[in-house]
Amino acid sequence: MEYFLTDEQKMIKDLVGKITEEKIIPTRAELDEEEKFPWEIMKVLADSDLFGLYIPEEYGGFGMGCLENCLVMEELSRGCCGVSVTFAATALGTYPILLHGTEEQKKKYLPDIARGKRLAAFGLTEANAGSDAAGIQTTAVKDGDHYVLNGTKQWITNGGEAEVYTIIALTDKSKGSRGASAFIVEKDTPGFSFGKKEKKMGIRCSATRELVFEDCRIPKENLIGKEGIGFIVAMRTLDITRPGISAQAVGLAQGALEATLEYSRQRKQFGQTISSFQAIQHMLADMVTQIEAARALVYAAAKTIDSGAKNISKVSAMSKLFASDMAMKVTTDAVQIFGGYGYMREYPVEKMMRDAKIIQIYEGTNQIQRNVIALQLIKESMAR
Amino acid sequence: MEIIVCIKQVPGTTEVKIDPATNTLIREGVESIINPFDTYALEEGLRMKERWGGKVTTITMGPPQAEKALREAIAMGIDEGVLLSDRAFAGADTLATSYALFRAIEKIGSYDLIICGKQTMDGDTGQVGPELAERLGTPFVTYVKKVEEVNDGHIKVERMIEDGYEVVEMPLPGLITVVKEINEPRLPSLRGMMKAKSAEITIWTASDLGVDTSKVGLAGSPTQVVRIFAPERSRKSEILQGDVSSQVDQLVKKLREAKIV
Ligand SMILES: Cc1cc2nc3c(=O)[nH]c(=O)nc-3n(C[C@H](O)[C@H](O)[C@H](O)COP(=O)(O)OP(=O)(O)OC[C@H]3O[C@@H](n4cnc5c(N)ncnc54)[C@H](O)[C@@H]3O)c2cc1C
Repeated sequence: MEYFLTDEQKMIKDLVGKITEEKIIPTRAELDEEEKFPWEIMKVLADSDLFGLYIPEEYGGFGMGCLENCLVMEELSRGCCGVSVTFAATALGTYPILLHGTEEQKKKYLPDIARGKRLAAFGLTEANAGSDAAGIQTTAVKDGDHYVLNGTKQWITNGGEAEVYTIIALTDKSKGSRGASAFIVEKDTPGFSFGKKEKKMGIRCSATRELVFEDCRIPKENLIGKEGIGFIVAMRTLDITRPGISAQAVGLAQGALEATLEYSRQRKQFGQTISSFQAIQHMLADMVTQIEAARALVYAAAKTIDSGAKNISKVSAMSKLFASDMAMKVTTDAVQIFGGYGYMREYPVEKMMRDAKIIQIYEGTNQIQRNVIALQLIKESMAR
Repeated sequence: MEIIVCIKQVPGTTEVKIDPATNTLIREGVESIINPFDTYALEEGLRMKERWGGKVTTITMGPPQAEKALREAIAMGIDEGVLLSDRAFAGADTLATSYALFRAIEKIGSYDLIICGKQTMDGDTGQVGPELAERLGTPFVTYVKKVEEVNDGHIKVERMIEDGYEVVEMPLPGLITVVKEINEPRLPSLRGMMKAKSAEITIWTASDLGVDTSKVGLAGSPTQVVRIFAPERSRKSEILQGDVSSQVDQLVKKLREAKIV
C-alpha cells in the first residue's frame, strides 16, 4: 500500500532493510541460541547514524520523529526482535531527557547517545510494581547536593549493557504517584550494581536484568524536570515510544509472512506445493491483510504523535494493542503453515512465535492498553 | 593523502546476458550495482583517509545512470564523485577505458594513491588498473590484501600470490588493485545518504578531457570479442588400486610411459 513516505523516510527504510538482510538475518539464530548481546549489530546501527534519528540536530542527531523511528523498528524487527528491542530501549531511556531534561543534561548525554557511543535504558518496573507502576518502592532521598537511591528495579532491558539509565524513584512516599521523580544514573556509579540476567522465552539476545541501588549517591543535577513529575515523565515517554513497539510487531509479522510465503511455495505434499491448497492460501491472505491493517494504524498513530497532538495515549495504546495481537496470530499461523518444520529451530518461525508473545506484555500489557483506550474513549464521549 | 578510487557500475546479477549480434553485454532491465570488487577499493580508501587524513575522490566512466554508483560511494563517505560520460566513451575495452581514466586523473592533477578493484564482475579482465598505472607512468601493485603502512612517500602492502603473500614497498604516487580479503566494506550511513542525495556530481565529457576521440569508446578499442567462455580444464585422473607396492609399480610404469621419468 502507498503510505506517501518522503524520500528521506524511504531512504531510512532502505538503509535499515539492508542492515537487516546483511547483518541481522544471517546471525539471529546464533544470537538467540547463545543469548548473546548484539553488540556487533549495535555498532553497525551506530555507524549508520541510526541512534541519532529522533535526537535534535543541535545534539548531533537528525531531529526526526515517531514515524521514522517506527520505520527503523519495523525493518529491524523483520530480522530480529531481540535486536530491535535493544535499539528501542535506548529510545525509552533517552526520551525522558529529551522531553524534560535541562540544557546541561541534554548537552551531556544526547550527543553520545546520538552517536551510538552509549546505550540507554529505562527503569520503572519492580518485583511488586508491574502494571501498577505506582506501587514502586525504590526511594531517592535528598541529601545536600545529592540524592541517595535505594531499591531494586526488575526486568530492565539493556540492564548491564547500557551506560545511561533513567530511573523512576519515590522522592516523597506520602504523596503516592505524585511523589515519584525521574533521575539519570550512570553505569559505574558506586552503589549501583546489576542483579541476575533473566533467561527468557523470546527476544533472547536482548539483556533483561535487575538494577540494584544500595545507598547510590547521584548529583542532584541528575534529577529530570522537577520532583514529583516522575510518572508524568514516564507516561509521556511511553506514549511516544510505544508506536515503536507496535512497529516491532508489524515488522516481526512481515518477516514471518515472508518466510512462510517462500516455504509454502517450495514445500510439496500430495504432489503439489502447499501454497496451492486453499486452506493455506486463506491463511496467507489473512496474514497479509492483518499486517497491512496494523501497519496503517501504526503509521497513523505515529503521524498523529508527530503532528504534536495532545491526547496521544489512546492512539498509542490502540496501535500497540492491535499490532501485537496481530503479530501473535500471524506468527502462530506461520508455524502452522510450516507444520512440524515450523516447530524446529532450524527454521526461523518458531523464534518469531516466541518473540511475538512479549509484545503483548511489555510497554504495558494489552489488558492495560484496553483500560487506557476505554478510559479515554469514555472521557471523550463525556466531554462531547 | 589524496586518494582516487576508480569504480565501475555493473549489472547486479551473475547471469549476465550477451547480445549475440554485437557480443557486448545487455544492460537494459538489470539493476545496476557498484562492481563488488570496487567496494573493497572504496572501503580501503575510506580507511586510509581515516588513518592518515586527506580526501577520497571517486571516478567512474559510464552512462549518465552511473551517477547512482557515485552517490552510493558518497553515502559510504567518499568526498567527491566524478562521472566520465559521453557517447564517445561507449563500447570501450580496457585500453580505451584506461585512457579516459588516465586523462581524467591528469585533469584532477595531484594524487598520492589510486585504488582499483582487482577486476570487474562483468568483464573479468583485471587489466584496467595496471594499464592506468602504465599510462600515468606510476608504479603499481596488484592483488593487495593489506595496506600495512604509509610513510615518507612510500606505501607498504601485502600482495596475494598463489600460495601465500609477499610484502611490497612502493614509492608514492602509485596505484594498487585490491582483493576482497582486504576488508569488509561498510554499509552507508544516514548522514552519508542525505549528503549523497544532494551532492554535486562533476560530469566530464570527451571534450572536457580533451581526448583524442580515436582513442576512446569503440573507436579506441582494438579488442575483438569472438566468443566468451570459461576455458575447460582438461585434467584426467585415475585412482590406482591394489596394495602399496603394486600401486607404486603401476605409478612408475605410467610415469615412464608418459616419459615423465
Ligand atoms: C522482557 C521484558 C523486558 C522488559 N523491559 C522493561 C524495561 O526496560 N523497563 C521497565 O521499566 N520494565 C520493563 N519490563 C516490565 C514490563 O513492562 C512489565 O512486565 C509489564 O508492565 C507488566 O507487568 P507485570 O509483568 O508485573 O504483570 P502484572 O502487572 O502482574 O500483570 C499480570 C496480569 O494481570 C493483568 N492485569 C494487571 N492489572 C490489571 C488491570 N488493572 N486490569 C486488567 N488486567 C490487569 C495483566 O494484564 C497481566 O495479564 C519488561 C518486561 C519483560 C518481560
